[in-house]
Amino acid sequence: MSGGREQAMIRIDNLSKTFTLHNQGSTVIPVMANAAFSVAPGECVALTGESGAGKSTLMRMIYGNYLAAGGSIRIGDTDIVTATPREILRLRRHTLGYVSQFLRVVPRVPTLDVVAEPLLATGTPAGAARAAAEALLARLNIPERLWSLSPTTFSGGEQQRVNIARGFAYAYPALLLDEPTASLDAQNRETVLRLIEEAKARGAAIVGIFHDEAARSRLCDREVDVTAFRPDRAA
Amino acid sequence: MKDLSVQDRPLLQVAGLTKYYGSRIGCEGVGFDLWPGEVMGIVGESGSGKTTLLNCLAGHLAPDEGRVLFDLDGVPTDTVTMSEPARRKLGRTDWAFVHQHAADGLRMNVSAGGNVGERLMAVGARHYGNIRESAQDWITRVEIPADRIDDRPTAFSGGMRQRLQIARNLVTGPRLVFMDEPTGGLDVSVQARLLDLLRGLVREMGLSAIIVTHDLAVVRLLADRLMVMKDGHVVETGLTDQVLDDPQHAYTQLLVSSVLQV
Repeated sequence: MSGGREQAMIRIDNLSKTFTLHNQGSTVIPVMANAAFSVAPGECVALTGESGAGKSTLMRMIYGNYLAAGGSIRIGDTDIVTATPREILRLRRHTLGYVSQFLRVVPRVPTLDVVAEPLLATGTPAGAARAAAEALLARLNIPERLWSLSPTTFSGGEQQRVNIARGFAYAYPALLLDEPTASLDAQNRETVLRLIEEAKARGAAIVGIFHDEAARSRLCDREVDVTAFRPDRAA
Repeated sequence: MKDLSVQDRPLLQVAGLTKYYGSRIGCEGVGFDLWPGEVMGIVGESGSGKTTLLNCLAGHLAPDEGRVLFDLDGVPTDTVTMSEPARRKLGRTDWAFVHQHAADGLRMNVSAGGNVGERLMAVGARHYGNIRESAQDWITRVEIPADRIDDRPTAFSGGMRQRLQIARNLVTGPRLVFMDEPTGGLDVSVQARLLDLLRGLVREMGLSAIIVTHDLAVVRLLADRLMVMKDGHVVETGLTDQVLDDPQHAYTQLLVSSVLQV
């Protein structure tokens, strides 16, 4: 099941995670042990397992949002587990994208600028970045009259689509997707699935959480059941 | 955009920075590197030493021990041991300091345009027309109506005063900005506007910034990296979102869990 480990874009080995709750009797909660899988360029891997099994925790660790207790997470040449903040910031700018379920932006910033930002941050000229952002917003059916407004006041579905536009604006070689088709109607869902297929076709290595089973079977080459990484299983 | 190749050395290197007030610790043994274009947040409750640290970094307080090396034309130069005139010059050119209370960073009986122009004159600008033009440009950039340029800051709202202070500080194109609670005491809507402005300026000018605040929402939106202080010591550092979402130290966990959700 770990085909292509030699030229993997994302490669996880022996990864473990514990939470220590210092203010609740210093309770130590081991949540993950011996997690291992890899994703080749152009491959899409689905994380599966019931709610609470650790799919989101694993995703956050890959992004450097949660600290690992041990093991390694290699994205290209960088090990997220030992990388400095500066290295992770650079990786997030140029290599590793993340479409979370929630949009988090500075209030007042226009939607068009929110979407264009990943392009501007990697040196795309302003005009080209805005044109790319406009094309994505149009494709995702965000009405043009909303482009100059901050997305903070948009509906849940609109925010999700802005989030997706932002996540796909720059062609990240590695991409993390947390429920990208949740709260979308049929037409927009289809658009998002096509965006993901296009990203695969250009060689992006993708890790996703999809409760949408039809989407999962259409997009994903393999499934990784994170239940296998529970500490009690691994022991 | 900045050229990535030329910025592969830290702008600021801090080591062992310590300040005592008698037998009390202001801050002790603080060290970090700040890179060009990076924004670092320093958080902690009142009395944690974050403002003492900022004042030691910015040369407003003399530390008892430690080094603050600033990259001057490729040469890391210790700003703690440099002469007072050299440090003052740095404060007018490469460095800027945004105070929590705008009145501490502005001349309240001088017009808005004069406040901005004064800093230009301090670095040698003499041509009235050019000074006025730069002042006007910056006053518009910080979203103060152009027809208020001749008004004194005493006639401005809190948010406008803070934006004017930022214009006064940034007009000379500094490379490093120190900010002490820049959004403190402002309405939430005004804070958002200021955050948006600061983020845009950091991006456009390639500024590095060190921001002291107790507001975790502010650092989440502005800071790349975070330093958490308690009792004069740094107890945790890391990527801002990582420290806030997966805090490791008992104090940081308490700080993060104490924020009221809206």
